[in-house]
Amino acid sequence: MTSRRRPAGDRVTAGAPLTGGGSGPGTSGERVLLGHGSGGKLYRDLVKGVFVKAFANPVLERLDDAAALSPQGRIAFTTDSHVVQPLHFPGGDIGRLSVAGTVNDLATAAARPLALAAAFIIEEGFALADLRDLCASAAATAREADVPIVTGDTKVVERGAADGLFITTTGVGEIVVAHELGAAAVRAGDAVILSGGVGDHAVAILAARGQFAFSADVRSDCAPLWGLVEAAVGAARRAGGGEEALRFLRDPTRGGLTTVLAELAEEAGLGIEIEEDAIPVSPAVRSVCDLLGYDPLTLANEGKMVLVVAPEAADAVVAAVQKTQYGREARRIGFVTAAHPGRVALRTPFGTRRVLDMPVGELLPRIC
Amino acid sequence: MTPAEELRRLAAALRAEAPSEITFMEVCGTHTMAIARYGLRELLPEGMRLVSGPGCPVCVTAIADLDRVVALARLPDVTLATFGDLIRVPASRTTLAAERAAGADVRVVYSARDAVQIAADEPDRQVVFAGIGFETTAPTIAASLLESRARGLANFLVLSMHKTMPPPLKALLDLGETPISGFLLPGHVSVITGTACYEFLARDYGVAGVVAGFEPHDVLQALLRLVRQTRPAIEIEYGRAVRPEGNVVAQRLLEQVFAPSDADWRGLGIIPGSGLALRPEYADADAALRFPLDLEPPLEPAGCRCGEVLRGVTDPAACALFGGRCTPEDPVGACMVSSEGACAARYRYRGVDD
Repeated sequence: MTSRRRPAGDRVTAGAPLTGGGSGPGTSGERVLLGHGSGGKLYRDLVKGVFVKAFANPVLERLDDAAALSPQGRIAFTTDSHVVQPLHFPGGDIGRLSVAGTVNDLATAAARPLALAAAFIIEEGFALADLRDLCASAAATAREADVPIVTGDTKVVERGAADGLFITTTGVGEIVVAHELGAAAVRAGDAVILSGGVGDHAVAILAARGQFAFSADVRSDCAPLWGLVEAAVGAARRAGGGEEALRFLRDPTRGGLTTVLAELAEEAGLGIEIEEDAIPVSPAVRSVCDLLGYDPLTLANEGKMVLVVAPEAADAVVAAVQKTQYGREARRIGFVTAAHPGRVALRTPFGTRRVLDMPVGELLPRIC
Repeated sequence: MTPAEELRRLAAALRAEAPSEITFMEVCGTHTMAIARYGLRELLPEGMRLVSGPGCPVCVTAIADLDRVVALARLPDVTLATFGDLIRVPASRTTLAAERAAGADVRVVYSARDAVQIAADEPDRQVVFAGIGFETTAPTIAASLLESRARGLANFLVLSMHKTMPPPLKALLDLGETPISGFLLPGHVSVITGTACYEFLARDYGVAGVVAGFEPHDVLQALLRLVRQTRPAIEIEYGRAVRPEGNVVAQRLLEQVFAPSDADWRGLGIIPGSGLALRPEYADADAALRFPLDLEPPLEPAGCRCGEVLRGVTDPAACALFGGRCTPEDPVGACMVSSEGACAARYRYRGVDD
């Protein structure tokens, strides 16, 4: 199934409480003022001059208080707040992250993103040019994921009450499969597939924070993954067993691959066996981890997907995912087993095995 | 030869050559982690015991010292800068994490130099760096102190709880609780100290020692060299990083800033000459002198056997609290908190069938 461009206002009909009017925020100087959050003229200027301009679509432009959606079939619904620091990092920024994060949460339900809402909490004094840039980045990511941002909200808080900019995005998506994905659908013998290398996002953020006297040539993997998941669904359907061959999808964000697998083993009441060698980790990520004592398997990713599929569909799904932009490094990393229920066993390159456990404590605050 | 083949070859040699019963001790948190992480115990001969000693800096910090860190963090003018490892370690009645949530100014830094920068950026704060660690870490603290001096910063202070590695090895052997045939000596510490400081092990106690690196093959190779010694001696397996004389520049830095002092070790008590105190010339930067505090007597957590674990007397899994009341999420003792703790390593990297 290929992605098709959906005329906004066709099945998405209505608008936004980014109430509008006025002529853009140019008259108010170069920074966001408390008055921009007041609901008066400045507020309308900000909404029209920044948000409506960046996210331009007919639904948003109506500036109604709520967007009406007409989904077909089952819908997925999710929300995610983004507080990453710094706001700009190699490979992305909070704008791209806020769209990709919610698109990917929808994708884990095999849901095509239908519409997003975006709520901005802005610290007084935030540079307008920067806000425009970040909105342009969010808009570009939304276009890439083929999803309109149809409604939103803006609050400006006094200096010190927020750190620059926080963005909460909420998404609605149409689920494209008939069956229930999740841990309960997973069976012994299923293949575990990872869409690419791990740890890039966390290490890129760390390096961008400049806390260390080294630079790492690592870019965040931050990317919207609906296209990747859509390809996997299609491949599972064609592989003969039907779309039910696709059992489980999860994006390994905070807590990393380890947390996704440990939670899956626990929820499914099954064991998982992983080949450490099969998990791609870039040399730069590996050296940063060695230096700082991090385990790359517990580090956050923002553009990766873990897929569990029936064994007979595994090769087809890997091949299909590899053809997508963000899945070129996809590969089978292990399998589900009835042995050692609730535990994830990692087979090391040395032939020994150990348990993979969820990380505890504060790894890295404000990573996303 | 692939790494796996190399490891199997070393494991086979160990099985062929090791005596039926033998106990070695590693005294470096990074070794503890490497051994657990790569599942190396699976590869050892049945009669070979590899126990963890007092090698995890956070774990060996006495509860009384942790109480002092917490008390400093509570002072209104103080910004307490620390490595992240210390944040969740239970002191007598609280943790730095709990104090931070309650409003204490506790900041995690990755280097003592970050704390110097905080002192420069926030001149109205008294920035206290919680100095823990062995000869590996202490020179960087010394360098930071010298840097803060050079920058004229009067508000950068150090609470030195630094310790040196040879004295506890002697203390352990004097106690004689565990029959240790040889030590896997710490690679990182030895980069700084060299090997002369360990010679007493072989000379006075007839105990072997091999300085080991941190790759799986390093550990097995070092164990094999321990097994193969016909006369106890101190050897270097980690020759790509460790020289017999050590890092002389770092040693001078240590001597310039620190002087040997008595130090309180969890599990071992006060060991004469095992600590590093700031020299009198740096008294104005000594947080313990700047902020003299009356502390309540420390409370050891009930049932916690960290002390015995650190002496290699009790296996982590033999503690009644292990994995039940005491887990990395909800730790009772320090050895379960620190990523380098013997209990945390054992729990986190436990075997699949344990």
